[in-house]
Amino acid sequence: MVDAVISDVRAIDSSRPKTGMRQFLRRKSSIAFLMALPLILLIAVLVLYPAFYAMYLATLNKSMQHFEPVKNFTWLFKRETFWMVVRQSCVFALTAVFFKALIGFIVAHFVHNIPAKGQRKWRGMLLIPWVIPPAMSTLAWLWLFDPSYSAFNWIFAHLGLPTIPWTGDAYWARFSVILINVWYGAPFFLIMYLAALKSVPEQLYEAAAIDGASWWQRIWYVTLPMMRNIIAITVLFSTIVTFANFDIVQVLTAGGPIDKTHVFATWAFRLGIQGGDIPAGASVSLFMFPILAFCAIFILRDIHRRGNEAS
Amino acid sequence: MTSASVSIDRGAPTRPRYGSMSRDRRWALRWSYFFLVLFAVFFLTPPLYMLITSLKTSAEISAATNPWWVYHPTLSNYIELLTSNMYLTFFRNSAIVSVFVVCITMLISVPAAFALARMRFWGSAVLATGVFLTYLVPDSLLFIPLFKMFAVFNEWTGIQLINKWWVLLVVYPTLTVPFATWIMIGYFASIPKELDEAALMDGANYRQILLKIFIPVALPGLIAATIFAFTVSWAQFLYPLAFTTSPDQLVLPVGIITTLIKGDVYNWGQIMTGALLGAAPPLIIYAFLMDYYIAGLTAGATKG
Repeated sequence: MVDAVISDVRAIDSSRPKTGMRQFLRRKSSIAFLMALPLILLIAVLVLYPAFYAMYLATLNKSMQHFEPVKNFTWLFKRETFWMVVRQSCVFALTAVFFKALIGFIVAHFVHNIPAKGQRKWRGMLLIPWVIPPAMSTLAWLWLFDPSYSAFNWIFAHLGLPTIPWTGDAYWARFSVILINVWYGAPFFLIMYLAALKSVPEQLYEAAAIDGASWWQRIWYVTLPMMRNIIAITVLFSTIVTFANFDIVQVLTAGGPIDKTHVFATWAFRLGIQGGDIPAGASVSLFMFPILAFCAIFILRDIHRRGNEAS
Repeated sequence: MTSASVSIDRGAPTRPRYGSMSRDRRWALRWSYFFLVLFAVFFLTPPLYMLITSLKTSAEISAATNPWWVYHPTLSNYIELLTSNMYLTFFRNSAIVSVFVVCITMLISVPAAFALARMRFWGSAVLATGVFLTYLVPDSLLFIPLFKMFAVFNEWTGIQLINKWWVLLVVYPTLTVPFATWIMIGYFASIPKELDEAALMDGANYRQILLKIFIPVALPGLIAATIFAFTVSWAQFLYPLAFTTSPDQLVLPVGIITTLIKGDVYNWGQIMTGALLGAAPPLIIYAFLMDYYIAGLTAGATKG
């Protein structure tokens, strides 16, 4: 009864001629647009505009008064540090992502193997590195790696092993930042792969066992194909995040020793904010863009494919 | 016959029946536990070492004793930090920024996700993809142009943004809103259409549908998005490091690193205490709301 009354009122309401603005506000698509408007503004003003502004900034000279389109880039290309940063960023990101994915995959299997009632506890414990803010946990690593009081070196010395200059030597420092990144990121992969493992139908393993497949064949022919999508998306996603990593390198080494561990983000920070040369910093950070775009294209393709499968 | 018995053995690896469990299955279980303990040691050493160091005095830290053991436990580091005005200022700044950012994020992303999941409009499909792409744009690409933008903004309007904690309220939503929207789109899209159609038939308007149906039904997603927004804004390091410098405007991660580390003098007991206390709020939230936390984490990939 009440419904009928309301729909009557609505019918009368809609038959009345309305002014343009009121009509606009009544349309469903306009309401939707207004609800999404803050989001659109946020993306346009604080993400899209700065991204293009960075490209513009990269074409200015240091005092930002003259337009010199290529000077920053030729200056960068001539510097040895720049090529070192490029190499270090690639080595850092690729090695870290590979080991994060590998450790995540292996540990996910171990967690999946144990009885279900214990899994929650282990999962909860193993995700802790991901929960601690990386700037804070890197401080703990910095202290573990301390040149004179390193707790790791204390163990090594007691076992009669040589001590390690964790952050003093260029190669060990590069190893250290990768180690921390793996420590921080592997739990994320663990959670993702554990969720994916649980969604693989048990019958497939039964069928493989009946066909006499070894554990290796089961992983290669059942687990990996079933998890292909999730592996691809986590690896691509993590590649972006790791390439853009700032916290760990900045806190642990701040780029040192002698700029040997700088990645794009920390070197851009050094040049642009600490050194006051905003155009140079902007041009360095722009070099992250191709990698990001490359990964983004693959992620988008995956989303579209899945969207098509769903519909 | 043999293969049939094998399939029974391997049939339920997650629920081992001890009577019929084969020998190698039991060994696999033992090896799993062995390696899990090994990895747990690797994953938990840094936080535990933080705790160990935080309970020591400076004298014990610089003594040549076993660094992995506390001989004279003391809470002096905690007392000193929790009564230091500077540290409490960092903590308060962090808390205020995070709470405000969570509110802003929710106010922007929930209506937007509702509009994108249910009410099609011109360009809505492009926008949904754009939201996800925005999530992939990292902070380290944007901090330099944003820094310059705020300086120019100051020249034009006279409003000082750099070196004020509220500048973080402007920039943090760029990190939290896209992913929160993305999670909420996934949760809203999974609500059956019949539910809001029934409400529409009963004469509900869109505001009522959102507040009385979608938000209650998608509450787990809302909690996951809230946790995500809080942890991201609590942990963010690059933006506050680039945009704030005076000690009274700093948030926790930057505050600990710039003020507790003075030149070459490292007071490690206090640094570890500060870092541990700084890591406490996300850890506490995680301890109590682990399932929502993990749901939010996996939603990004599985709902996509």
